[in-house]
Amino acid sequence: MAHRVLIPTPLRPYTGQQDAVEAEGKTVGELLASLTSKYGDLRRHLYSDDGKLRSFVNVYVNDDDIRYLEREATALKAGDVVSIVPSVAGGAPTATETTPELTSEEVQRYSRHLILPEVGVDGQRRLKAGRVLCVGAGGLGSPAALYLAAAGVGTIGVIDFDAVDLSNLQRQILHSTPDVGRSKLQSARERLTALNPNVKVESYETALTSKNALDIFKNYDIILDGTDNFATRYLVNDACVLLGKPNAYGSIFRFEGQASVFATKGGPCYRCLYPEPPPPGLVPSCAEGGVLGVLPGVIGTIQATETIKLMLGAEGTLVGRLLLYDAWGMRFRELKLRRDPECPVCGDKPTVRELIDYDQFCGVAPTTQAAARPADFETTVLDLKRAIDSGAGPYILDVREPNEYQICRIPGSVLIPLGQVASRVQEISAAAEGRPVVVHCKMGGRSAKATQLLRERGIGRAQNLKGGILAWIDQVDPKQPKY
Amino acid sequence: MSELAAEAEAEIRRHAGETYPDECCGALIASGESIVEAFRLPNTTVAGARRRFRIGPDDYRLAEGRARERRGQLAGFYHSHPDHPAVPSQHDLEQAWPNLTYVIVAVSQGTPGDLKSWRLREDRSGFEEI
Repeated sequence: MAHRVLIPTPLRPYTGQQDAVEAEGKTVGELLASLTSKYGDLRRHLYSDDGKLRSFVNVYVNDDDIRYLEREATALKAGDVVSIVPSVAGGAPTATETTPELTSEEVQRYSRHLILPEVGVDGQRRLKAGRVLCVGAGGLGSPAALYLAAAGVGTIGVIDFDAVDLSNLQRQILHSTPDVGRSKLQSARERLTALNPNVKVESYETALTSKNALDIFKNYDIILDGTDNFATRYLVNDACVLLGKPNAYGSIFRFEGQASVFATKGGPCYRCLYPEPPPPGLVPSCAEGGVLGVLPGVIGTIQATETIKLMLGAEGTLVGRLLLYDAWGMRFRELKLRRDPECPVCGDKPTVRELIDYDQFCGVAPTTQAAARPADFETTVLDLKRAIDSGAGPYILDVREPNEYQICRIPGSVLIPLGQVASRVQEISAAAEGRPVVVHCKMGGRSAKATQLLRERGIGRAQNLKGGILAWIDQVDPKQPKY
Repeated sequence: MSELAAEAEAEIRRHAGETYPDECCGALIASGESIVEAFRLPNTTVAGARRRFRIGPDDYRLAEGRARERRGQLAGFYHSHPDHPAVPSQHDLEQAWPNLTYVIVAVSQGTPGDLKSWRLREDRSGFEEI
């Protein structure tokens, strides 16, 4: 029995440009078989290699799609008209087309990821194609980079300019005891590639500056902020906003840490949370204030978690939330954050459109304050040693905390922590008995403030010990321990 | 049937920009040697319009009807690639019909950019730019 078959435009070149032809068959299947044997070129366009009708080929008997009848077994009656009607589909490449395939070693290595529907092969390939920059290979950067490497992030950039110090090893787990004195980038590269040789480590042995930040950041998808000072933190934030790259943020101090995700599209940035840096010196660094070694392990791991979630397209990230962690009380808290429409960087009318001088912004530029100081504001450890040896010993004021004083001290020094100096000026003045006063702390920062204060309060001969007790131990008394 | 009239091209770009970040799609109607109309069709994909488009059989018939009405031919279809180049994807290839012009317009952050025309090779091994 012959039936009329309507041919769509794209297939007409194979039927001699006819829009309708005749074909025989008791069922749709038979009819299509006779059609494709008569017009052979139709076959590869109607059927896939495994002999099934292609998904975008619709076959109708009169007005009914055979999918809702009995498919190719649908029987044909006299007078039935069969139509072949295209669906047209396609679309942009998805992750499986644009990301690298996994080797069999990688499939085994990441098998616990692959069986998570939220990761799967697609997600793992995204991680492999991903590029993350860790700013700093210290307390936060160490656990973050290790977990990113273990998770299979394809390219990890690390920027740092420090050498490994013995006092780093209490928390910076990228580095080991034999690495002391070596460049942090060297030990980071070795440790990361030993953990996962599939990872490409790109290292930048330089300080991050307003001059190089955009150039370095532009090669990465996500920036992980593991910096330890405000100037660099604002620099990282602003560069991320300007380039539209997410900033997986974390910071730590003593027993407390915080984490968030900044600079995503429409989300808040670090400046929405902290528009202004704190006055210089108000918040001591970890070197001055101390830090529980395991604390950066928690915060850096949270940063790595958020980075991986961003790469996988997860919804529940820390965008718009500031997570606060108190290790001593063992408590997590959360603050809601919103993008500030008035924010100078990410707001509706941004005033910061390029990177600025962040040392100046944070008031730590040596220019203003230090330049205004008189020449005799500072003294050196060698001059102090000479003065002690000559018998004309000055009054040595140690403005560190008692626990620091227990670790090491300059012989004959008197301990008055910085916070008490202002209320004990008279006591200091009386005890000095007209002798010069040399003020010191660990590195010279806190003592500069104390010196300034003493001078303002009438002790004009107060001098700051340059480099603090660390310089003293280095140059005068190497037997004492440093911290 | 490869020349794309300026008006049709402008309409494709407009449609792509308006639909961003989703993909748009439509039919191309030719008259003689040139494509004179870009005819918007709904994207009926169920696989997520961010990365997929689908023109169902009813809309395909609508496009054939539109071509007849204009006394022209159905020359092909267009769609957009949001934040991806104007190059056919593997998915485009798997779903492609022969003898049709596939116009792809790249849309970057909402702004239509590159626009390219493609045609499926007879052996289905890939596309060739027209």
